[in-house]
Amino acid sequence: MTHPENEKPARTPLYARHLALGGRMTPFAGYELPVNYVGGILGEHLFTRDSAGLFDVSHMGQAILKGPDAARKFERLVPGDILGLAQGRIRYTQFTNAEGGILDDLMVTRLAPDALGERLFLVVNAACKAQDFDRLRESLPDLALEILDQRALLALQGPLAARALERLVPGVAAMDFMSGENFAWNGADLFITRSGYTGEDGYEISVPAEQADVLAGALLADETVRAIGLGARDSLRLEAGLCLYGHDIDPTTSPVEAALAWSISRRRREEGGFPGDARIKRELAEGVTRRRVGLALDGKAPAREGAEIANARGEIVGIVTSGGFSPSLGRPIAMGYVPPTFSAPGTALALMVRGRPLAAHVVALPFVPNRFHRAPKNL
Amino acid sequence: MSKTYYSKDHEYIRVDGDIGAVGITDFAQGQLGDVVFVELPQIGARPKKGEHAAVVESVKAASEVYAPVGGEVVEVNGELEDNPALVNEEALGKGWFFKIRIADAAEFDDLLDEEGYKALIASQA
Repeated sequence: MTHPENEKPARTPLYARHLALGGRMTPFAGYELPVNYVGGILGEHLFTRDSAGLFDVSHMGQAILKGPDAARKFERLVPGDILGLAQGRIRYTQFTNAEGGILDDLMVTRLAPDALGERLFLVVNAACKAQDFDRLRESLPDLALEILDQRALLALQGPLAARALERLVPGVAAMDFMSGENFAWNGADLFITRSGYTGEDGYEISVPAEQADVLAGALLADETVRAIGLGARDSLRLEAGLCLYGHDIDPTTSPVEAALAWSISRRRREEGGFPGDARIKRELAEGVTRRRVGLALDGKAPAREGAEIANARGEIVGIVTSGGFSPSLGRPIAMGYVPPTFSAPGTALALMVRGRPLAAHVVALPFVPNRFHRAPKNL
Repeated sequence: MSKTYYSKDHEYIRVDGDIGAVGITDFAQGQLGDVVFVELPQIGARPKKGEHAAVVESVKAASEVYAPVGGEVVEVNGELEDNPALVNEEALGKGWFFKIRIADAAEFDDLLDEEGYKALIASQA
């Protein structure tokens, strides 16, 4: 399903279903996808927080990188600890450039090795996938890259996601957060991870393209599950304090500036050995000049991406990278970059919208508490 | 007896004497989706025809609202502050934005009547 930007948008295997559900279709990263269905963004957002939302994320890039020492070699491109990733476990990391900027962010699952060596399952952003795959081939020529363009990707997210998916695929409710496993369903080979982009418990399901619609239909037959569009996907991830590539993170922002240093392990910080390691080590030791923060607006008017951030004296100190109305909180929220002196929670700032300052203050991320699945502790 | 005119930008003005209530059409609210905030003009503002008069923010985006005719803003719909969803629920009724004292009735000439507006949205659907 790879697709050049300049052509007519591609369709995912769920295209006909999106239309049948009244999806308001829009071109997005080379694909025609629904912004929302008949219920609207607000309703879809709240439904996902209360029940379970089904998202078509088939536009995202899926691939398997494999060969001898694949994990160690892959670490040359990312600051995440891949060597230390146990089989069946997932890591969030970023592709960085030589200046320590972020080229893309991705999820990496270590699969069981095969006769040819180690295997890593990668999920990358749709808009970046062609360049990501090119870079992998160029930088790691002795590894094989299998692009899974004949597989769709569905996300099922929300507090009732585990119950709904367990009915179809027994065993998924026992999975740990940030783990992945193969399951068989209706003759289809599924690779399911317990992960997501909403701050809720949930799953991402990699399914052969020809079985994707049947699986979506089976999930949607459950009254606790509804189809959710891109609009609510964006408002959910914003409330969860998660970055959107090309907006909150880009080739100029480092993982440290983006408040993603948690995704870089101690060993990788000490050893380096990834693009831009010098900047990232320096920023970890000496601090950054700007940092991603959460912003809660005091009034009702939202501030959008691109709004300037002013300090109490009216001087412009930063910029909003994502912003909008939070359906769960019933108020506008935003994320943006400010110098560290303005990054402490509680700091009063103003967001400039249509030439006027809107009062806001820095808040800790996420805006809405994460509700990821936590396995019960063995006592 | 009031009469309603429509602009090609999907504003309406419901005219009663020399006062017109301005809002966005039902078609427009459907396109925007859930309205979460409306920035209303100041009472006493004097937008000219086609000038920026208000902003409607949906979950998705901010959209400008233009004055369908020029005049003086004499009243704004304060109910929208607490309940912006009125724009979705009743765009042509309780979801009005502001009332304007119409400066020049000749400015209605290039607005559409209901039939003309229906034809316009049919061509955009």
